[in-house]
Amino acid sequence: MIILQLIWAFFKIGLFSIGGGYAALPQIHNIIVDGMGWLTQEEFADVLTLSQMTPGPIALNAATFVGTKVAGLPGAIAATFGNVLPSIIIVLALALFYSRYRNLKGVKGVLNGLRPAVVAMITVASLAVLFLALFPQGIPQSIGAENVIAFVMVALGFFLLRVFKLDPIFVILGSGGVGILLHFIVK
Amino acid sequence: MIKIEKNAKLYLKLFTSTLTLSAFTLGGGYVIVPLMRKKFVQELKWIEEKEMLDYVALAQSSPGPIAVNTSILVGFSIAGAVGAILTVLGTVLPPLVIISLLYYLYDAFRDNAIVNAALIGMRIGVAAVLLDVVFRMVRLIVKEKNVLSILLMISAFVALQFFKVNIVLIIALAAIIGAADTIIKSLRERRQTKK
Repeated sequence: MIILQLIWAFFKIGLFSIGGGYAALPQIHNIIVDGMGWLTQEEFADVLTLSQMTPGPIALNAATFVGTKVAGLPGAIAATFGNVLPSIIIVLALALFYSRYRNLKGVKGVLNGLRPAVVAMITVASLAVLFLALFPQGIPQSIGAENVIAFVMVALGFFLLRVFKLDPIFVILGSGGVGILLHFIVK
Repeated sequence: MIKIEKNAKLYLKLFTSTLTLSAFTLGGGYVIVPLMRKKFVQELKWIEEKEMLDYVALAQSSPGPIAVNTSILVGFSIAGAVGAILTVLGTVLPPLVIISLLYYLYDAFRDNAIVNAALIGMRIGVAAVLLDVVFRMVRLIVKEKNVLSILLMISAFVALQFFKVNIVLIIALAAIIGAADTIIKSLRERRQTKK
């Protein structure tokens, strides 16, 4: 039955993530971390990290990761299948009716309403990731050196991305390098 | 519409094209879509430029990953339902294989102190990347200078962050508000043209 649960969970993620890419983030967090408890907050952040470094949409990467964790390779296939099923049904239907309803006003209105809501959702999910990056052990009694370093790294990364349009992959790999470096310094 | 003869060679080419695009494209939908356009419109000339633009718009406004949605539309337009299935498989297989392999590596390495330090560092990097993404998206909404959009964004944020309102409920409400806004506007326009 775990296979059916995987298909259903990722079917919902596929169905409710409109706008691609990061739009799946809040659904994955909501259904997989909070709802089913299949991933911890740390693992969720790790899936994001892996997604950034490998090809493929975040939702599909998460589907394979969660599916493998919960039920091995069949689980990965089931979750991936569930994730693309809404696309196959809806997009194929759209393709069939595309010429007829191309400029329907109501459809455009719905999309105009959805866009700001999707931005809000992605912001909320991103804040959860930011919080974990700054406070890996939860809210501490007092701010430690590691929290300050994390804060400086986030600020620096953001600055490099905004001002120098640095490729995200370099920011992520660079931060990983700093993590290793700090590990040896503290030791 | 461009007429293409359906044969085994076409199916194979369709599958391998999406497979290689998906396997070597980092960064998801917004990167893979322009590459698909280059492949199917410019190189193979299987799809017209205008048609491709419509497909991208459709893919973006449909649920699910944009890369998957675009590949379905491209596959369907070139070789019907079989084509759509082939392009979806081509898009889905690379992440499926790569992440399943990485999962086992990740499991084996997770308890290693150095890997852990790297992961903690990379999480910080991902947080910075997400912050940049959020910054760009919020700015896009604000730049439209549409009061309703901005209000929707802020209230959706407050509802989610502080009141833990269900995501599906917010999506449904936002869709209804957007549709209602368009309908009211077009009614008003009609009344004004009557005067």
